[in-house]
Amino acid sequence: MWEYTDKVKEHFLNPSNVGEIENPDGVGDVGSLSCGDALKLTFKLDDQGLIADAKVKTFGCASAIASGSALTEMMIGKTIEEAEKISNQHIADYLGGLPKEKMHCSVMGHEALEKAIACYRGTPIEEKEGTVICECFGVTDLEIIKAIQENHLKTVEEVTNFTKAGGGCERCHGDIAKIILEVQHKPQLEEKKELSNIQKMRLIEETIEREIRPSLQLDGGDIELIDIIGNRILVATRGACSACKSAPITLKNLVEAKLREFVSPDLVVEEVSK
Amino acid sequence: MNPIYVDNNATTRVADEVFKVMQPYFCELYGNPSSMHSVGGRVGPKLKEARKQVADLLGAHPDEIIFTSCGTESDSTAIHAALAVDPGKRHIVTSRVEHPAIGSLASTLNKQGYRVTEIAVDGDGCLDMGALEESLTPDTALVSIMWANNETGVIFPVEEISQMCRQRGITFHTDAVQAVGKLPINLKESAIDMLSISGHKLHAPKGIGALYVRKGTKFSPFMIGGHQEKGRRAGTENVPGIIALGKACELAGQNLHEENTRVLELRDRLETELIKQIPDAKVNGTTKQRTPNTTNISFANIEGESILLMLNEFGICASSGSACTSGSLEPSHVMRAMGVPFTMAHGSIRFSLSIYNSKEDIDEIIKQLPPIVKRLRELSPFS
Repeated sequence: MWEYTDKVKEHFLNPSNVGEIENPDGVGDVGSLSCGDALKLTFKLDDQGLIADAKVKTFGCASAIASGSALTEMMIGKTIEEAEKISNQHIADYLGGLPKEKMHCSVMGHEALEKAIACYRGTPIEEKEGTVICECFGVTDLEIIKAIQENHLKTVEEVTNFTKAGGGCERCHGDIAKIILEVQHKPQLEEKKELSNIQKMRLIEETIEREIRPSLQLDGGDIELIDIIGNRILVATRGACSACKSAPITLKNLVEAKLREFVSPDLVVEEVSK
Repeated sequence: MNPIYVDNNATTRVADEVFKVMQPYFCELYGNPSSMHSVGGRVGPKLKEARKQVADLLGAHPDEIIFTSCGTESDSTAIHAALAVDPGKRHIVTSRVEHPAIGSLASTLNKQGYRVTEIAVDGDGCLDMGALEESLTPDTALVSIMWANNETGVIFPVEEISQMCRQRGITFHTDAVQAVGKLPINLKESAIDMLSISGHKLHAPKGIGALYVRKGTKFSPFMIGGHQEKGRRAGTENVPGIIALGKACELAGQNLHEENTRVLELRDRLETELIKQIPDAKVNGTTKQRTPNTTNISFANIEGESILLMLNEFGICASSGSACTSGSLEPSHVMRAMGVPFTMAHGSIRFSLSIYNSKEDIDEIIKQLPPIVKRLRELSPFS
C-alpha cells in the first residue's frame, strides 16, 4: 500500500473546489483516459486581477485527485504572476510530500496550471512540440528535459516517476538515459569551472556526504577526505572498505565517478593509507 | 472495525484449526526431523501425516509431494527441473496471463537463450487452444499453463493440455495455487506431470508451498544441499509450516463443497447486484469457467486505486488491476492480454471471497460501492 500523508488522504477523501467554472478565464486540460490520469482546471479572475475561483475535475488515483485539490487551494487569491510560480514541487510540499512513484501527479497539476495560464493569455502552449521519446505515454524529449532540470532528476527511474516516460514497454530507457546525461553535463561543465577553492572543497565534502557515504555505509564501510591538491582528491578508506579487495574499484566507479559528476570532470581520486 | 476481507486471491487468513496444530512445533516439538534423538524423532511421523493430507487433496501419492517455501519456489523448481533433465530441448510454452512466478522466469530464460512461446487469450480470458497445439514442437521441453487465473478466476483446460503434451512426450506443469481448494483435483486420473500449490492461498501461513511431481517424471533439484525431501529439495524442513499445510489441505477438502455452493452464491449475488446497480460496469473474463470465489469487474472512467482507498474507508479490502496499484504505470498484464480497453482496465476491481465471508459482508459491499463509483465519476472530467 502507498504511504500517503494525512494531508493527501484529506484532499482525496474531501477534495476542494471540485467542478468546472462556466465561462472561465482560463482552462487547462491535461492527461487522458488511456494514460490512467487526467485533470481539467478552470479559473476565473476578479476585477483586481486576482484568481477569484478555481475548480478542478480529476480522473486518477488518490494522489492525482489530491494534487488537483491542492492546486486550486494554492491558486485562489493569487495574481496570475504569483500563481505562475507554483511548481510541481510546491504542490507536493503542500500535500506534505508524495510517494516518489507518484510525483507525476503533481507534475500533471503543474502542467494544467501552465496550460490554463497560457490559455488566459491567449498564447496556448503548442501541443507536444519536440520529439516523442516514450511512445507508450506520448512523452516528448522537451517534457523530459524540463522535468530533469526543474527537479534535478538523475536516473531513468526518477524520470519515469515524474513524467511517466519509460513506464510502459521500457524500450526508450536508453534514450532517456542519454537525455539525462546531456542535460546534466552540458551546463555543469561550464558552471563548475567557476568554482573557487573554498567552493570546490565544500562541494566535494557535500558530494561525499550525500552521494557516496550512504552507499558505502550500507556495506559497513566508510571514507575520509584527507586532502585536496589541485584536482587530486586524497582519501582514506575506513571500516569494511579498508579490508575490502574491491575497494580500488569502488574508489574508481563510485567515489571518483560521483565527484566527477557533481564537482568537476577533471578530478582524480587517490587512496592514501592514513 | 472488523475488516470485510475480499482479497483472498492475494492471501488468506490462517484457519484457527491450522494455527492450533502448528503451534506445538515452535517451542515444544522443535526438533529437526533428521536428528537421531527423541526430540527430532517425534516430528517425523507428523510430517508423514501432513504429506499424506496434501497428497489426498490432490489425489496423489505422498511420495509425489515435495514441500517448498512457497508457490514461486514450486514454479521455479518445476521449470528448472524440466529444462535440466532435457538439456537438448530449448523451447518453453506458457501463456500471456501467468503469474510473475512463471511470467518473469520465462522472460529471464528467454534472455538466456531459450525460445519462449506465450499463448494468447481472447477477450473472455480463454486460452487459444489452437495456437497452443500448433506451438508444440520436438524441441519443446516444457509447457507451463496456470490452472486458474489469479485476477479473473478463469479456468484453463489443463487436463486437455496435459493430454496433448503427454502424446508428444512433453513435460506439463501447472501453477495451481488459485485452483487448489476451490476445484476438485484428482491427479491419479490426470496427465499433469507437475503442479504447484501455495499454503497461504488456502488458509495455511505464508512461507510454505508444495510441488507435486508425478512418479516417473524425470526430476532435478533446484535447491542443492542436504538429503531432505529424498534429495529433491534440500534445506531443513519448515516443520510447523508443513504441518499447517497438511491440516489446511484436509480442511480444504472438507470445505470444497461449501466453496462451490455458499461461496459461489455469495460471489454471484455480489456480481449481479453490482452490475445491476452501477451503470457502465462490466465483468472481466468468462463467467462460464471460473473459480467460485472470484469476480473481476471494471467501472468505466474511474481509477481503481481511488475505488480501493474509498472502499478501505468502510473496511472493505479488495484489489485492482489498475496501473496505480500495481506499482507500474500500465494496467495489469492480464487485462492487457485480454484486450480490455485502458478506459476499463484502469477501473478494474477484483473481489475474491473465502468461506470466512458472510452474507452481511456482501450486503455491505453492495451498499457502499455504488455511491463510491458515483462520487468518483462526479470528480472525473470524463463523465
